[in-house]
Amino acid sequence: MADLLRRVADEGDLAAFRELYQTYGPRVKAYMMRQGADAATAEDLAQETLLTVWRRASLYAEEKGSIATWIFAIARNLRIDRLRREMPWQELPESRFEQPSPDTPPDEALSEKERQGRVRAALAQLPPEQHEVVTLSYIDGLSHGEIAAHLGLPLGTVKSRMRIAYQRIRAALEDLQ
Amino acid sequence: MTITHHLDDATLMSFAAGALPAALAAVAAAHADMCPRCRREMLTMERLGEAVMASLIPAPLDSPEPATPAPGSDAGPGGDRNSSGPLGRLVGTDLGGVAWRWLGPGVWEHRLALKGAGKLRLLKVAPGHAIPEHGHRGAELTLVLRGSFSDRTGRYLRGDVADLDETVEHRPAVARTGGECICLIGSEASERFRGLLTRQWQRVRKF
Repeated sequence: MADLLRRVADEGDLAAFRELYQTYGPRVKAYMMRQGADAATAEDLAQETLLTVWRRASLYAEEKGSIATWIFAIARNLRIDRLRREMPWQELPESRFEQPSPDTPPDEALSEKERQGRVRAALAQLPPEQHEVVTLSYIDGLSHGEIAAHLGLPLGTVKSRMRIAYQRIRAALEDLQ
Repeated sequence: MTITHHLDDATLMSFAAGALPAALAAVAAAHADMCPRCRREMLTMERLGEAVMASLIPAPLDSPEPATPAPGSDAGPGGDRNSSGPLGRLVGTDLGGVAWRWLGPGVWEHRLALKGAGKLRLLKVAPGHAIPEHGHRGAELTLVLRGSFSDRTGRYLRGDVADLDETVEHRPAVARTGGECICLIGSEASERFRGLLTRQWQRVRKF
């Protein structure tokens, strides 16, 4: 994937771009639909996410997260902008990717892939009550207070479940940081 | 600048998820911009976001081809729209140019435009003054931009963020020695003041 993005950045390679689109487009579309977008809007937002990837390809820096993580951040920002118009100001630090970096050594690329695998495994192993607050945050976009109201739980319980879930994710990455 | 007060883990998770109310997200973004530790944590939480997105059943695309991209990129001169940072975009680069509104003895406020829920403002407190004891109806993030303040939860210097929820009541005070304190404050809802006098203060000043 890193190679595809480099070809987009360096050569404006449309075939590489199409491959990125076909890999990530369906995931982004599913994410947008779960956020409440209808299929046509979700498709548009997936297209727009990938166009942003095209425009910013040369700003991506691999040591700061995998391409999939970067694309998640772009899709999330677009979702905030389009689907939740009541809270449009939430520009998140994509600026982390401002500095183009020299080619990442292969071992670093490997460890980023490793990180991604471990986070996915840790997510799959979260106890149901922690998995639920993670899903309500990332997929439903609910604030702490909204989650508390939705689940009929005290705010403190919601926050402590999120903290424990976070600690588990962090612990899964510990020896790689 | 040594930052010792950071965003709560639950706040970071909501922030990375894109679920933090707008006023709080603005302050969290300004803090993260100053704080390498919270930027690293944000990345971890974005990896979790990637994992959550990857766990969804992919939705097949109607169009097998991507939209044709226009030539050019955001990388060239003038393409970097983030150069001023989140704080610069909110309040400009010079705190000296802020139009302050007097709220009470030693306390000034400047409201920042925010579409959506919550309240975002700059607050300036003169040396030796304090904000009356108050709680919050929702979460509140306070980021120190200049000077320092103290309350029952600790002492906050430039770059530190106080991440408080509705369970905390406090009376932020600025030391008599040293300069004024300027903070960026994002609130989910308005403050709840204790005592009749301070409630009147709140009403008169529309605090």
